[in-house]
Amino acid sequence: MNSIEKTVEDTAINLLRLAVIQLPEDVKKALQHAYETETSEAGKTQLKAILDNIKLAEQTGTPVCQDTGTIIYYVKAGAQTPNLDKIENALTNATRKATQQIPLRPNAVDPIVGKNTGDNTGPHIPYVHWEITPGNELEITVLTKGGGSENVCTVGMLVPGEGMNGLKKFVIDTVVKAGSQPCPPNILGVAMGGGADIAMKLAKKALLRPLGQPNPNPELAKLEKELLEAVNQLGIGPMGLGGKWTILGVHVDYAARHPASFPAAVAFNCWAARRATARIRADGSVEYLTHKVR
Amino acid sequence: MATYKFKTPISEEDIRKLKTNDVLYITGTIVTARDQAHRRALEWAKDGKKLPIDLKGLAVFHCGPIVKKEGDKWVAVAAGPTTSTRMDIFEDEFIKNFGVRVVIGKGGMGKRTTEAMKKYGAVYGAFTGGAAALAAKAIKNVRAVEWYDLGMPEALWIFEVEEFGPLSVAIDSHGNNIFDQVAKTAEENRAKIYAKLGIGK
Repeated sequence: MNSIEKTVEDTAINLLRLAVIQLPEDVKKALQHAYETETSEAGKTQLKAILDNIKLAEQTGTPVCQDTGTIIYYVKAGAQTPNLDKIENALTNATRKATQQIPLRPNAVDPIVGKNTGDNTGPHIPYVHWEITPGNELEITVLTKGGGSENVCTVGMLVPGEGMNGLKKFVIDTVVKAGSQPCPPNILGVAMGGGADIAMKLAKKALLRPLGQPNPNPELAKLEKELLEAVNQLGIGPMGLGGKWTILGVHVDYAARHPASFPAAVAFNCWAARRATARIRADGSVEYLTHKVR
Repeated sequence: MATYKFKTPISEEDIRKLKTNDVLYITGTIVTARDQAHRRALEWAKDGKKLPIDLKGLAVFHCGPIVKKEGDKWVAVAAGPTTSTRMDIFEDEFIKNFGVRVVIGKGGMGKRTTEAMKKYGAVYGAFTGGAAALAAKAIKNVRAVEWYDLGMPEALWIFEVEEFGPLSVAIDSHGNNIFDQVAKTAEENRAKIYAKLGIGK
């Protein structure tokens, strides 16, 4: 195995371990704030259990949730990085090894025969999203995406004539329909335009943005705030038991749309919003961007 | 909102004390069962076959845990609840046939289950979705695993637990269902939000 492959594999195993055991600081902070300001008793009980669980997972080094998700990688690959063709294989090997070592729950099932592959790998899984960037560094993000919140992700082909009102209605309706299923309080990724696939791809990628970072586009920042406030008036609350915190944040992205189409997508992440990112430099050194690593 | 601590086997009298929004902790035996185990249990009951464990007065836990073997002993690594609605098609018969007193899961259950809980005396305890480490801490011993041929997440794991919780009583044995109430509230609030945002129906 050449050195880049080995570095990518080791780094990806570390990222998986960090992601499933330790939530990013922004998510922890948002949950703490939700606990302090929740008004429903049942909601507060649930948020307290969530915070206790997060602490316990860190102390004991065990996964924060037993559903360690479907493994998805987002790779920003510097165009000058050598052996780029080896990286996908290294990420698959890392997934296999991490499943054994951490351990992760085996979550890759053959849809036809229903058999679990046992190692979190299978056709197209783990999935790797590529972005080619200038330079010779690699930035790898892992998203371990829980099944409960995935089951309510929705694409809608809206009526262009309804414009932004149509989008807002779609988001609110989707959250009402999801109810307690996606383990609220959730993070919502919302995207419009492009096409059915592009909208969902952007919506899911928007989940990676840390909470509390406003959208750089002022129009979208305003929309995010409006949607956050609107959804949190529904009263679904933590774990769907009633309360003010149904979601922790909304992240919006968009693509240009066909004149006759208004694709829209809502991606949900559960409160256990697990992600981890590292940068690998040309000299092989690794910097972890989402987690403190000693 | 009251807090109760029950030991298994739980009596009907005790379970009828619980009201929605109460908090429950369980000490004793709980058994995991997801889709496949529910289906097989009901098939076995139909064929007059005895289950590997008597569930009377116990709690059934909708959970596909991560369990690892240390020597020849199983250890629960992470064991949070899974989405309960998938078991809605089995749960009324399950409660009727096996006499479980508590169904533990996340996300709530529907009308058929709520009616069975009222009729036979059982409650739904919502355990925080994803709170796998908290659950694993309360699991003191993995007594046995049955039906392992169904795979790790779908097998019947028999756990001995101490103060397993907090469980929010979300469906009680008197026909109350918090999830129904919250869904109704959300519907009402939705209309208000539409009006505020200037969206027509």
